[in-house]
Amino acid sequence: MEAVVLNNVSKTYGKERKVAVDSVSLTVNKGELFGLIGPDGAGKTSIFRMLTTLLLPDGGTATVDGFDIVKDYKQIRNNVGYMPGKFSLYQDLTIEENINFFATVFGTSVEENYDLIKDIYVQIEPFKNRRAGKLSGGMKQKLALCCALIHKPTVLFLDEPTTGVDPVSRKEFWEMLKRLKQQDITIVVSTPYMDEATLCDRIALIQNGRILQIDTPDKIVQSYPDKLYQIKADRMYDLLKELNVYPKTLSCFTFGEYLHLSLTDESEQAEKELIQHLQNKGFHNIEMGAVTPGIEDCFIQLLKK
Amino acid sequence: MRTIRFLLAKEFRQIFRNKAILAMILVVPVMQLVVLPLAANYEVKNINISVVDNDHSTYSAKLIFKVTSSGYFRMTEAKNTFNDAFKLIETDKADLVLEIPHGFEQRLIREDEQKLFIAVNAINGTKANLGGAYLNNIIRNFNADLRLQMIVPGKLNPMPVVEIAPTNWYNPLLDYHVFMVPGILAVLLTMIGSYLTALNIVKEKEVGTIEQINVTPIKKHHFILGKLIPFLVLSLVVFTLGLIVAWAVYGIVPAGSIGLMYGFILIYLLAVLGLGLLISTYCDTQQQAMFIAFFFLMIFIMMGGLFTPIESMPGWAKSLTALNPVSYMIDVMRMIVLKGSGFNNIKHQLMKVFLFAVVFNSWAIWNYKKTT
Repeated sequence: MEAVVLNNVSKTYGKERKVAVDSVSLTVNKGELFGLIGPDGAGKTSIFRMLTTLLLPDGGTATVDGFDIVKDYKQIRNNVGYMPGKFSLYQDLTIEENINFFATVFGTSVEENYDLIKDIYVQIEPFKNRRAGKLSGGMKQKLALCCALIHKPTVLFLDEPTTGVDPVSRKEFWEMLKRLKQQDITIVVSTPYMDEATLCDRIALIQNGRILQIDTPDKIVQSYPDKLYQIKADRMYDLLKELNVYPKTLSCFTFGEYLHLSLTDESEQAEKELIQHLQNKGFHNIEMGAVTPGIEDCFIQLLKK
Repeated sequence: MRTIRFLLAKEFRQIFRNKAILAMILVVPVMQLVVLPLAANYEVKNINISVVDNDHSTYSAKLIFKVTSSGYFRMTEAKNTFNDAFKLIETDKADLVLEIPHGFEQRLIREDEQKLFIAVNAINGTKANLGGAYLNNIIRNFNADLRLQMIVPGKLNPMPVVEIAPTNWYNPLLDYHVFMVPGILAVLLTMIGSYLTALNIVKEKEVGTIEQINVTPIKKHHFILGKLIPFLVLSLVVFTLGLIVAWAVYGIVPAGSIGLMYGFILIYLLAVLGLGLLISTYCDTQQQAMFIAFFFLMIFIMMGGLFTPIESMPGWAKSLTALNPVSYMIDVMRMIVLKGSGFNNIKHQLMKVFLFAVVFNSWAIWNYKKTT
């Protein structure tokens, strides 16, 4: 059973018809934690705004929970929860007032769905009389999640919920999402952080409004076509320049303190040749070894296509 | 109904929590109503006058005494020549110079005729006009007094004299406050109504809360009513406060029906709030809203007949005021407060203002729908 279906959805902005979303098709299954992974400006927010009926698509069709996003926008608004990337609750109302307000807007009450938000709410409850504008970033995210959940939505859209949040709060946030998944809520989340991708059931890699690949994080990693090495030496910048002109280099880019490298020839012989070559060029302390690719490697590899 | 109720509860909670807005709504109008009518006064007093008396006779002394005792003029320095006195005008120490020629008394008695010279600093047109007119009046009076003394009783008056006895209707003492207070109250109401509505809605856009509201099942008309009603109520509170101030400070009690006045204001507020709503649909930031609202209100107020009568504007400006809701409001306020006009007298203005309300609000709702 599909919770969200997109069929060749497109969106262009402005007079110059700048393409933000380029005929995107994807399906999200019920009860799935689905991630839209892509850099800033990839079109993630536009997709979210169309699915939450805030923006009309220019082409294609999409359904959320079986409802058409154009025709049945009223039903969708009753059934989905949306947490925009920017904190957009009433800053001059307290935590409690915000939650109560959004509960009444959806014709429900906090008590009715308390079990759903309980885990999150207890963390911010000590500050329930504090105004939302005076909360820390992490607490704001928790409050926004509570407000998005208060009417027991069937699908939850979270637009970059962890951007600008400290690492500990980010980890906590993803744990909360996992617990919500157990409550049978479909969650669609977008993030620019590749390391969060592995926490999703399935992910879509997106760039310039186009979907590059959709699969589970494991399968995406497995589908990485080449053998990947990590390499390090004393002069990293010169090393990168040297490797980029080396005839057998397939791709080479910086990755943390190492360079990630693939070669056209994957034999051990080629490896030794390379090290020899680098030593001849005057590099010292060369470290080289095989490494399993991550989502980020896949993303960069896909971008090169 | 339920939706509206908690939208209103939220709105009022936010308003009462924002101390600056609350002060702006309640204290500022009262302050302005107390201060502005006292300052914005057309009666010209304390005109500085310099007299060049070349005659130094009993008559010239009498004339000078008459001028200074009128209350409108304040003697600065007396100079011996006109050129000296004119320097006072140049340095802004005098607004008027009255020159009494040599032999004033003698020739007045012998030849029954004499000339006086008045020089007026006309940079401030109103002050110059009125000052000159006052002085003319005083001299005419002086002249009439002289005649009475000099004409031998029993003889027929050689020249017929027409005497005018005016009565001032609706404002018998020509009290300027009675004219200004209703007008200023009308302007205050316009400003508070339109600014608050426009800024409040644009703020929701700016902060992003409108996005969060849009994904809820709240209907457009619920949202708009939830915004208009609180500001309608607040504006009525401001108006009532204004009436109380007008009565307590200036002793102005509306001559007409208070019910009629509130009825008219209710319609007028719908138009003003509609204007605020309309502005908010075209703006994304509070700065934009502020400037656009300021632009329109400035024109509306300056051309609304608060300070300068619409009748004395040029033809094109006069026809423009037909599109100015503030002019109807100022007009009606003065009519009801001063003249005690009834429903039939303000029917025309009521119709026009109602039309504004319909146009502004439907335009706003149309544009609001279009953008989302």
